Amino acid sequence: MKLTLNIWRQQDASSKGQFVTYSIDDISPDMSFLEMLDVLNNKLILQGQEPVEFDHDCREGICGSCSLQINGEPHGPDRLVTTCQLHMRMFKDGDTIDIEPFRAKAFPVIKDLIVDRSAFDRVQQAGGYVSVNTSGNTTDANAILVPKHDADDAFSAAACIGCGACVAACKNASAMLFTSAKVSQYALLPQGKVEATTRVLNMVKQMDLEGFGNCTNTGACEIECPKGISLENIARMNREYLSASLQG
Amino acid sequence: MTMSVLDSKIPEGPLADKWTKYKNEIELVSPANKRNIDIIVVGTGLAGASAAASLAELGYNVKTFCFQDSPRRAHSIAAQGGINAAKNYQGDGDSTYRLFYDTVKGGDYRAREANVYRLAEVSANIIDQCVAQGVPFARDYGGQLDNRSFGGVLVSRTFYAKGQTGQQLLLGAYSAMNRQINRGKIKSYNRHEMLDLVLVDGKARGIIARDLVTGALERHSAHAVVIASGGYGNVFFLSTNAMGSNVTAAWKTHKRGAYFANPCFTQIHPTCIPVSGDHQSKLTLMSESLRNDGRIWVPAKLEDAQAIREGRLKPTDLAEEDRDYFLERRYPAFGNLVPRDVASRAAKERCDEGFGINKTGEAVYLDFSSAIMRYGKEKSLVMGIKEADQATIRRLGEEVVEAKYGNLFQMYEKIVDQNPYKTPMMIYPAVHYTMGGLWVDYNLQTTIPGCYAAGEANFSEHGANRLGASALMQGLADGYFVLPYTIGDYLSKDIRTGKISTDLPEFEAAEQAVRAQMEALVNANGTHPVDYYHKKLGKIMWNKCGMARNEQGLKEAIEEIAALREDFYKNVKIPGTTNGKNQELEKALRVADFLELGELFAKDALSRNESCGGHFREEFQTEEGEALRDDENFRFVSAWEYKGAPKDAVLHQEELIYENIKVKARSYK
Repeated sequence: MKLTLNIWRQQDASSKGQFVTYSIDDISPDMSFLEMLDVLNNKLILQGQEPVEFDHDCREGICGSCSLQINGEPHGPDRLVTTCQLHMRMFKDGDTIDIEPFRAKAFPVIKDLIVDRSAFDRVQQAGGYVSVNTSGNTTDANAILVPKHDADDAFSAAACIGCGACVAACKNASAMLFTSAKVSQYALLPQGKVEATTRVLNMVKQMDLEGFGNCTNTGACEIECPKGISLENIARMNREYLSASLQG
Repeated sequence: MTMSVLDSKIPEGPLADKWTKYKNEIELVSPANKRNIDIIVVGTGLAGASAAASLAELGYNVKTFCFQDSPRRAHSIAAQGGINAAKNYQGDGDSTYRLFYDTVKGGDYRAREANVYRLAEVSANIIDQCVAQGVPFARDYGGQLDNRSFGGVLVSRTFYAKGQTGQQLLLGAYSAMNRQINRGKIKSYNRHEMLDLVLVDGKARGIIARDLVTGALERHSAHAVVIASGGYGNVFFLSTNAMGSNVTAAWKTHKRGAYFANPCFTQIHPTCIPVSGDHQSKLTLMSESLRNDGRIWVPAKLEDAQAIREGRLKPTDLAEEDRDYFLERRYPAFGNLVPRDVASRAAKERCDEGFGINKTGEAVYLDFSSAIMRYGKEKSLVMGIKEADQATIRRLGEEVVEAKYGNLFQMYEKIVDQNPYKTPMMIYPAVHYTMGGLWVDYNLQTTIPGCYAAGEANFSEHGANRLGASALMQGLADGYFVLPYTIGDYLSKDIRTGKISTDLPEFEAAEQAVRAQMEALVNANGTHPVDYYHKKLGKIMWNKCGMARNEQGLKEAIEEIAALREDFYKNVKIPGTTNGKNQELEKALRVADFLELGELFAKDALSRNESCGGHFREEFQTEEGEALRDDENFRFVSAWEYKGAPKDAVLHQEELIYENIKVKARSYK
């Protein structure tokens, strides 16, 4: 395959960025999208140019490191995959591909395609945990029964990989899907209910402080989420928030 | 070969009482004093994150370091299948002793008894802990925790969260970290890489770290340092490790005086997606849990294998009698659930004989059709459908299999572009885990006072082969339940020390050495990118230090790696400077260390004239091709001391004493 790539290049956070066009050939449809970028970078290095920097690590769709806005879509045209699991067979010979970093006020660009997603960590730090001693003695794991349905729903919410695609997909750059996934996981489990009130209030407060936008229910986040995190979580968080606000 | 004796500091007394007695007798640090003591934790996977959270909760000031942009992305996240614990919820005969026994036997009698027993002892508490934290483990319809089986055992003791157990456990540990970050007890340094350990008066007192965004070198001091930076499987270039997984923190610690144990003990995992071409950057695991329901086979006839390779025949066309379920044939007692080393070698043997089934001839089938029909039949009966037709049974069966392994099947389909519900998966062994690592005593302390190693970064629990679902168990055991005690005992002597200054000459010297190495690499301005060297190293490792090793190949590997390393420093090409973000420089610093470790790896394999677990020396095998151990001459841990170059490393031996388990030939027949 032969491709034309328009890639966002930006030296650092304070520099102004721009698109640069590259041509590349000898791309196999069996390559992953990131392996295609590896080929480009190898070429650039041999030509004495600086390679395109992008975040990536596990390359099996679970660590949440990789991002990229590809032809305007977070993680590209395929569904339920991260960029590292996107394969070149999704493209055609001769295609032009635009590659940008995730765009959001709360995700400033660090270099080229790399953005700073530490705002997500701070939202979690505000309340995304159960306050239990980690080296202490707790009760037997089977002492509290959890209905299978609740456990499965909690798992589905907890499957979020924190990649930021929901924010990048949203016209308001809202982090509601991300935040609600963690709120939901704990709201569905007996272990999380004790601190449910303060958790949702603190996490939402931090989310707003980080500069994420509001939710206007367009549902783009759910469509672009590589892990299929459901909009139901946002509805659940809204209920939790309302009830917590009334109690608070 | 030096015959010095390493002191493993195993407590006296009966095996089952050692840990309790130890905990009763150690020195404690008062809460007021803990507030004045600093601890550095390098790596935020299961071991690092759980250690950081627990130590911070006890009251110490903790700093964590990870090269990823968030602690949540450490590679523990990718562990799929599950975590073992001796809960015996299934009432199938499990116990602390049986988990201990299975682990020592699974490790081919090359692990330390006391450590393994402690691991088995605390395993049940890990599950209690994780459930209390809100980890959403799989449950049955009664609301109780569900279990499944993994290789090398005859009980169901594996707890799981679909095929994402590592993710859920790591997010649990990350949440515990977040609680402490919010309290101000942990300061987390993300996008930071440890590039050296700093010793003051012979004790670990800090690290040199590089801020990967600004490129600045930073000095961080502490009263103790925990290395929890994972394994070194990426020395093979292609492995199931993450792209950034590296040996640098552990290797720099080794170069500062910590012995490196059993570097040649590597796990080659049998069920990975086969290599598809030269562009490949990493390999993807298909969880061992799939062997609960998948049957492994190749065609029984060479001509059928050839026809499949050439695309003239489909696997689904082959009649039952024309298939060779070679694991079931060779190991009837354990069948498809033999341990990983055994399964990998058996697949390699069939492929070497010409029975491989993909274009490269290096793949075997993992087939779910029997399980799909079996589950479908059961489900149709439960649903009250009498005499369901084959299509209905298949559909219902596929639903059951999807509920169990859906995400794995989806991942396979995205990568290979084939539907594993309809045609068998193709799999082949790949490098997955390293049992070797920094040598530690019972306290998890390295040979450097104040420097500890936890999780995959240390060597202790898995001997020469790790059982499935035991890595998660060990990482969390070390972090949540072992280090909080053992580090306290050490730090009880440090309560009057006060803050360690980073202006000490030792910090200055270490920082200068790191700076010099970075400048040398950037200024080489040669002709080859870093990956060129990493791929070459990987080829040498896979061909000569991989699933089968022999004396001649290992000797060649030692020479080739040394020559490659020399060429690397002369001819590597790294664009950019040491300032700012520079991913090529990050890679180069890691590959530089792999180029040293690789040589020690080969030297270790050459010195171990026996086969055991994942270490298979072709010269030492039974007539049936099984590993032939030599307990008389090699029942020891090889711990290597750094002496300036890998070839000069000095061997120290820790004799392994088995008082509670009878050492015998490992059989899964």
